[in-house]
Order: sequence, then structure tokens, then C-alpha cells
Amino acid sequence: MSKISYLPGKEPDSCEHRMIFKNIDRKGWDPSIACYLKDGGYEQLRKALKMNPEDITNEVKISGLRGRGGAGFPTGVKWGFIPPNNSKPVYLICNCDESEPGTFKDRYIVHQDPHQLIEGMLISALAIGAHTAYIYMREEFPEAAILMEKAIEEAREKNFLGSDILGSGFDLEIYIHRGAAAYICGEETGLIESLEGKRPYPRIKPPYFPAALGLYMAPTIVNNVESICHVKHIIEMGGAEYAKLGTPRNTGTRILCVSGDVKKPGYYEVEVGKITMGELLNDVCGGPLDGRTFKACIPGGSSAKILRCDETFKIGNGENQKELGFYDIPMDFDTMAACGSMAGSGGVIVMDDSRKMSWVLNNINHFYAHESCGQCTPCREGSMWMRKISDRIVDGKATPEDIQTLEDVAYQIDGRTVCAFGEAASWPVEAMISKFRDELEAETSEDNEYLSPEAKRQLKNIS
Amino acid sequence: MSDSTTTQLPKDRAAEKGMVNVQIDGHWIQVPRGTRMIEACKIAEKEVPHYCYHPKLSSPGNCRMCLVQMGMPARPAPGEEPTYGDDGYQEIGWMPRPVIACANTVGENMGIRTTGDLVEKCREGVMEFLLINHPLDCPICDQAGECRLQEFSVEHGKGESRFKEDKVKKPKNVKIGPRIRLDDERCIMCSRCIRFMDEVADDPVLGFSERGTHTTVGIYPGRELTNNYGLNTVDICPVGALTSNDFRFQMRTWFLKETDSIDTNCGTGANITIWTRGNKIFRITPRQNDEVNSCWIPDSHRLSYTCPTDDDRLTACLIKADGVHEETCWENALDAAADALKQYDANEIAVIASARQTNEELFMMRTLASELGSDRLAIVARAQTPDEMLVSSDKNPNTTGAKLILDDKNPADKMDAICESIRSGQIKAIVVASEDLTEAAQLTNEDLDNLELIVSLNTSASATAQASDIVFPGASSTEKRGSMINVAGRLQKLNAACIPPGDARVDWEAIRDLINALSGEPSNDTPQSIDQLSEIITKSFDVLNDYTLSKIPNSGVTVIETGVSIPLIDRETARKATGEIVG
Repeated sequence: MSKISYLPGKEPDSCEHRMIFKNIDRKGWDPSIACYLKDGGYEQLRKALKMNPEDITNEVKISGLRGRGGAGFPTGVKWGFIPPNNSKPVYLICNCDESEPGTFKDRYIVHQDPHQLIEGMLISALAIGAHTAYIYMREEFPEAAILMEKAIEEAREKNFLGSDILGSGFDLEIYIHRGAAAYICGEETGLIESLEGKRPYPRIKPPYFPAALGLYMAPTIVNNVESICHVKHIIEMGGAEYAKLGTPRNTGTRILCVSGDVKKPGYYEVEVGKITMGELLNDVCGGPLDGRTFKACIPGGSSAKILRCDETFKIGNGENQKELGFYDIPMDFDTMAACGSMAGSGGVIVMDDSRKMSWVLNNINHFYAHESCGQCTPCREGSMWMRKISDRIVDGKATPEDIQTLEDVAYQIDGRTVCAFGEAASWPVEAMISKFRDELEAETSEDNEYLSPEAKRQLKNIS
Repeated sequence: MSDSTTTQLPKDRAAEKGMVNVQIDGHWIQVPRGTRMIEACKIAEKEVPHYCYHPKLSSPGNCRMCLVQMGMPARPAPGEEPTYGDDGYQEIGWMPRPVIACANTVGENMGIRTTGDLVEKCREGVMEFLLINHPLDCPICDQAGECRLQEFSVEHGKGESRFKEDKVKKPKNVKIGPRIRLDDERCIMCSRCIRFMDEVADDPVLGFSERGTHTTVGIYPGRELTNNYGLNTVDICPVGALTSNDFRFQMRTWFLKETDSIDTNCGTGANITIWTRGNKIFRITPRQNDEVNSCWIPDSHRLSYTCPTDDDRLTACLIKADGVHEETCWENALDAAADALKQYDANEIAVIASARQTNEELFMMRTLASELGSDRLAIVARAQTPDEMLVSSDKNPNTTGAKLILDDKNPADKMDAICESIRSGQIKAIVVASEDLTEAAQLTNEDLDNLELIVSLNTSASATAQASDIVFPGASSTEKRGSMINVAGRLQKLNAACIPPGDARVDWEAIRDLINALSGEPSNDTPQSIDQLSEIITKSFDVLNDYTLSKIPNSGVTVIETGVSIPLIDRETARKATGEIVG
């Protein structure tokens, strides 16, 4: 294979392992099918068409691939949840509603390498027995929708899509459905409701697990763009070989999207867990801006719990327990969870010492208050309440008592909502208060020149 | 008991009956497999507060008020057998996160806690959230007194507010239909009204717009909530967001007295509650009866009732002298009627009863006809277009009862012949009860003028009452006890919510007294009370199966197979069978 070269200034870092992003920013690359075919495109489809669907699922199970959308659920296991005696049609949905703040990986795939996604979808559909697949494209990707439509048309012309694909007898149609700019449509059951033409109110689970009662109450598999692309590579490498990438239980590569106060923000495809937070921030991303030090980091999209850069974490139990500094955390699913946060969607948001935590918190709260769908009570009322309190904190009109209320409200949402939005909205608040309580309370102190007379009186009573 | 059964575990004993064992707040009970957790708690008499859940509607699980703690036995490791305690149950591992009781179903050896720190914290939290943007305008809210938000606030609320922010402002007093107003600020977004209009009324004009805390329930642009079942949304609204124009600001609910009765606007006989204060009816609401009307009633029926305080009610006996009605006492009127009727041969008299009368009244009408020797006894048929929901094609509420009591397969058939004989002058005198003949019996005012004598028993000053020589003031359906049989053959009872106005009396008594006046002296078997009358009737008709008024259950009892079913109930049964609703 000839050496791949990349556009100047866009060259991958030496520690990267480009697989999904192999063609992103590649010199001489365009999203056309001709370009894709020249690079060995759709070969894995041909391979998969000769396989048993069960074998494809099995390879994905062996690969240990975990969903790249945020929850990190094993993809092959998810596929296995389709009821064995199902008589209804099965649907595959590609979740391209990438809207977790700090995440910008799927957009490059759909903009620059649409056929990789189509091939991944074809193989996935083959595995689960779907003949209709949808790409739920977020509203903010208008160009991508046009590109994907074109790519689907090209694939259909070559009989990679449509009926009797490549003479195999397998049929698949892929349709693009564009959202209307709502974060909640990234929640799989909310997405399904939206696709059905309704308000995207997430469904209760149980009973509406998509694998059994999904789109039109038929078995439905919803996978993230990146996860689906991985399927192609799993077929290419074989599940066992793929599983050698990354670390045990955290296999393969994943794309980390680094934004915020680093010298070189951007996307980096690395082997899962093979790189630590320190290596990512200091080496790959060039460290903090001149004269600054790192203060905090949200490791997996805005709904992940914030970590302090001066923290140490105790992970493991008993004899296996060890202390881990922030910079030593490997970028994988399990360690990140053990540290009290999550790898989530891979959106790493970095804040340096110039950032005021109340502003960060308020920014996040604004987002979730705006995006709460309003279906269930705790999230609908709580997310806006949290925003209003943090509004007052940044305005200097809050009291220490308000910090306590804010924390209580977050815990009143956490774990009590229809969907995971409740956690997405409350975790940042819970974490921010537990880790930066001093800083937040300082903004409510009596010395605060913005404090209203009423708030000052209240303060006296408390102390 | 054989050895094999004594060694059985509770799970096996339950499974034999299609049941599962559930531990609710420490006590084990058996409930049918597939029961929702909230219904299992109801069986165990443990209240689980809820807003969005309604057994007749789908369960979106959105209010989060019914959160409870759930536990299941730990799954045994591969190759290991589950272990059972001395009581035969597995140990329950409690989940740290709460679950909604409304949409989850029970499983064998499941534990449910409806109390405890976690559950109480959840309820307190949800209550606090529901109230932060609520206007708290209970003093001027019609729902006050029967508001779930108030009730659960008392039981589960914090008692004080930590909310210092500005509340979200939403539209107030929005006219969403000719009969309903919406106060969006009071709405807790439970979506019951939306689901009712979609799933039951099949007229999905309501929906949410906006999102997050700004979510508002509203009407489809350019549409109105005109559906004949729209007012049911007011009943199921757990708060004061939807109010009925008819009842809005009329009376505080806690002053109202409830009387269970049935609707008499059509043959379905929907079960209702009549809400009165003093002798005035303030509203009618549906009363749940899964065999008749589920939890619903058409607006047209709900809003048409006769109240003792209505302006057109007859409040005294009237005798026409020189073309003018003059008030008189019952004794005079009864004597005058008896004397006048005696002037005619039996074949010159017709008795026109009504399928709007109760079985008891019809029985008295039949007795009256036989006292008069007349075989011309008929009822007036009254048909309408059915709505394939609850409105029956029969506008009369008691046609089935009339057929039985008058012992006539079709007592309305004779009406045409009677009308003809009135026009021909063969019939010279009629006794008519509970009917305005010009309205339903195709008789004109001129036809009535042809008659020499009209004795009528009426509630209002109808054209028939105007034309009558002697008028007895009667009681409306909300003012009397009695029984009726609906189109599906269900024997149901009316209860008196009010007393008839002025001198008006319950009809069966008036007819009895007319019979006594005709016969000169009351016979020994003349009933002295409606209960006595009811006993006479049940003895006369075997199909009534000894169901006297006091024995008829509040939800009625099917006594006749008519082959007629109620479309809405059929649909509900089908939805229940699919598991879509609890039913």
C-alpha cells in the first residue's frame, strides 16, 4: 500500500492510529465513490456478503467493540438483543445526531468519507437482518446531508445498495432523515420517535427497548456513526485481530476531540487506553497555552463529570487499589468510569487557570436548560432551575445557600428521569460543586461587590 | 394436603394460578402475572401517588411521581441454584435507583417499597419541581379541593419553597374550545388530555409545543376542541389547567354533595355523579363503570340535565278553566282528573307512557292503563344517529325496561295507531307522562286541541303541558330513585340528588294516587314506598332476579341479553387485551 499523505498542517500525530479517520484530510482524497473504490472500498462488503449474519455479529462480539456514542455499550451484545423469533422487519439506524458539546468526530466521517459509513451500515444491516436503514442526520449538517445523499445514489448505481446487492440476494435501502436541531434526538428512543414523525420524547425502558420495540414497534438497532464504521474494520481485520488494538475490554481505536485551552485542539484517533490524559494534553495537544496551567478537564462530552487536573483518584479494590494522578488516567472507558467520570463521546474539553468555573457551569446549564425536551418533570423543571441559579452565581447575586440548593436540585434529577438526559444535565453540576465548591462559594461571599443587600443579609444569618 | 404440595415453594404455588409473589412494603401478596407495579400496590392497599398514569390511557411514565424502590433476587452464578429462605422466598436485592411503578410489571419474588427514604425523597423532589413554576393560585382555582397537586403537596411536599427565581410565564385563560378553557401555567404536562383525545376520542387536536420548561399544551393551529367528548379532559386533568366553562367559578368543590346516578340522555345509561349544593345541580361527571361507559361521558349528555331551579319547571298542579291554567292542590287535581277520565269509555282513552320513565313508573303506568281498562298503552320511540362511542341510537334511556315492564316486544309500535285515532277523534282522552307529544310523537298542537281531555305529568311547561286540562308537576331524573335497563340489558339505578321543586312530586307516587282516585279506595297491595313497589315489580318479573332497588349494585347488573354492545367499551376491551392499557 502506498504511503498515505495528509494535507499540510493536518498530519496526524505520531501516536495516532488512523483507521476510521484514515481518509480524513488525506491528500488527493474526495468523498466520491471512485476515490473510495480506488482505496479498496466495498471490499469488506463483498467479504461480509459471503459470511453468515451470525458470524458477522460474532466477529463484532469478539472484537469487543463498545459504542462510541457515549454509553460505551458493547455493540455486538446490543445486536444480540433482537428477539430470536422475530417476525417483524428489523431496522438499522445510524445515529448521526452528533450534538454532545465538545464532540466533532462523526461530522468528519459524513463530510469526508461517506462511503465508509455506507459500507459499515451495509455490513451491520446484513448482520442484524435489516433491509431498511436510516441515517438520522442532525440539522446542523446540511452539507453532509447532500453529500450522503449523493454517496447513497452512487452506491445504488453500483448496486452496493438497492435490491439483490452484488447478486447476493440481500436488499438494503438507506434513507437520510434530517433532524430539526434538538439534542434529545441523539437519545436513541427520542430519535426513533422523531423518525416516526412525532415529538422526540424518549420512551420509557422498559418496555420500549429498541432492540425489541423500536421504530414502528419493530426491532431496531441504533448505532453511532463511528461505531458503524468500526464494523467495516472488524470484518477487514477479524474480531480477534481488532481486539488486539487498545487494551482488554477497551478495544480498538477511538477518536478523541480535544477542544479548549490547549495549543493544538483537534481530533486524534488513538488506540483506546494506550494514551494517558497527560500524553494527550501535553504531548499530542501541545500543552497549555503560554503562561497558563491546566485547571480542569471534561473528558467525554459536556455531560461527563468534570475532573480537576490536580486530582488523584483511587481506583480498583483491595490489594489492586492504586492511586492515579489526573495526567496518568488512560483514555479508556473503564478507568474513566472508575475515576468518577466517563469516556462518553470522546469530547475532551480542557480549561486552564484563566477560566472561572461558575461561567463554565453556567454555560453547561444554559445548554441543558435549552435542550431539555420537557417530557418528564425532574429534567423539565430542574434543568431550568439549575440554569437560573447559576445565572445568579455569575451575576454575583447568589448566596452560599444557593450552591446547596443547586446541588440538591441536581441530585433530585439524577436517576429519576425517563432518559439519560437527566444524568447528562445533573452530573456536570454535581461534579462541579463537589470539586470546585470553594471557588463557587467564594463568588457568593460577603466581599462580593455584586451581592445584593438581600443576599448579604442572608449570608450573615448563615454564618 | 399431599406431601408434594407442602414442599412446594411459594413461587410454584403462585405459578399454578398464573400469579406471582410480590413483596410490597414487607408483606408478600400474590398478584396476576403481568400486573403493573402500581396496580399491585393498589391491591396491597398501598397508595402510589401519580399524575400521568391513567388505567384507560397509555403510560408514558413522564410525571415521575410514582417512583418506588424495586428489588429482585440476585441472579445465581452460572451453575448455581437459587437459594430460598425459611419462608420460601429468595432474598431481595434492592436497586439503588428508583423505578416508575406505572409502566413496569411485577415479576416473581419482586420487592416493592412505597415508603422509605429513597421513595420519599423522590416524591418530595418531584413535588418541588412541579410547584416551582406553578402559579399557586389555589384560592381562585376551580380545581382546589380536588387537585392532586394540592393533595400530594400536603402528603409529600416540602412545605416551603426554595425557588427564588422568576417563574416561567405561560398563557392564561385560553379558549381552546366552546366548552373548555386552558390555564397553561397550572399545567403539569402529564399529557393525559392529549392521550385521551388521541387514544379514546380519536380526535388528536391537543399537543405539546415548545420544549423544556417552556413546554405548553395547546390546540392544533386553526382547530378547536369541539369534540363531544372534550369535557372528559377536564375530569382527568389532575390539576386546574383545563376547566369547564360550565362549572368555572361557579362553586368551590368542597361544598358539593355527590350523588351516584345514571345518565338518561340515551340508551347507554352512562354512570354519573351528580354534584349538588342545596337543591341546585352544579355539574355532572362520569362515574367509572367498565361495562357501560368506562370513565367517560359525552359532553352533550353531561351538560343536559334538568335542575329543580330551572325557570321552566312546573311547581304546582294546574287545572285549565276557560282556557287558563290555574294552580291547585294535589287533592283537587287528582279528583278532577279521576272524575274527568271516568266520563270516557275505556276505548276512548289512551295511556302514553315513556321510555324515559323508570321501571317503577312504567309499572304504575301499566297499572293505570289496566285500571282505566284501556289496552292503548304505548311509548314514544326516539331515535338518533349513534356516534360509535357512547351515544346510543336509542335516545330513550329505558326502552329495554319498557319492553319488559309493559310486556310488549315493541311498545312504541302502538303509537302510530294512537296518533291516528287521536286525529280521527276516536280517542278523546289521554293520560301522558314524561313526554311532550308535539316534540317526539308527530302530533301537532291542532291534534292535541282535538282531544277533549289531556291529563299530563310533566316537569316543564312543554307544549303538551300547555295543552293539558290537568297538569301534575313531576320530578326529573336527578330527583328520583328508580331503575332502568340500558340497551345492553344492564339494570341500573337512579338516585335522587335533589328534591323536586315546589309541589312537584316523584312520578310513581303521582300515578299511584291517580289510580287510587280512580278506584275510589286504595287496595291492600298499593305500594306505600318505592322500595315496596320495587319489591312488587321484582316479584312480577323473574328476569329481574330479585334485584330490588336497594339490591342493585352501584355499577348495575346485567339482567337481559340484548345482543347490543357499547362500541367504546368494545374498543377498550381490545386495547386492554393487547396490554396497551391496564383497563
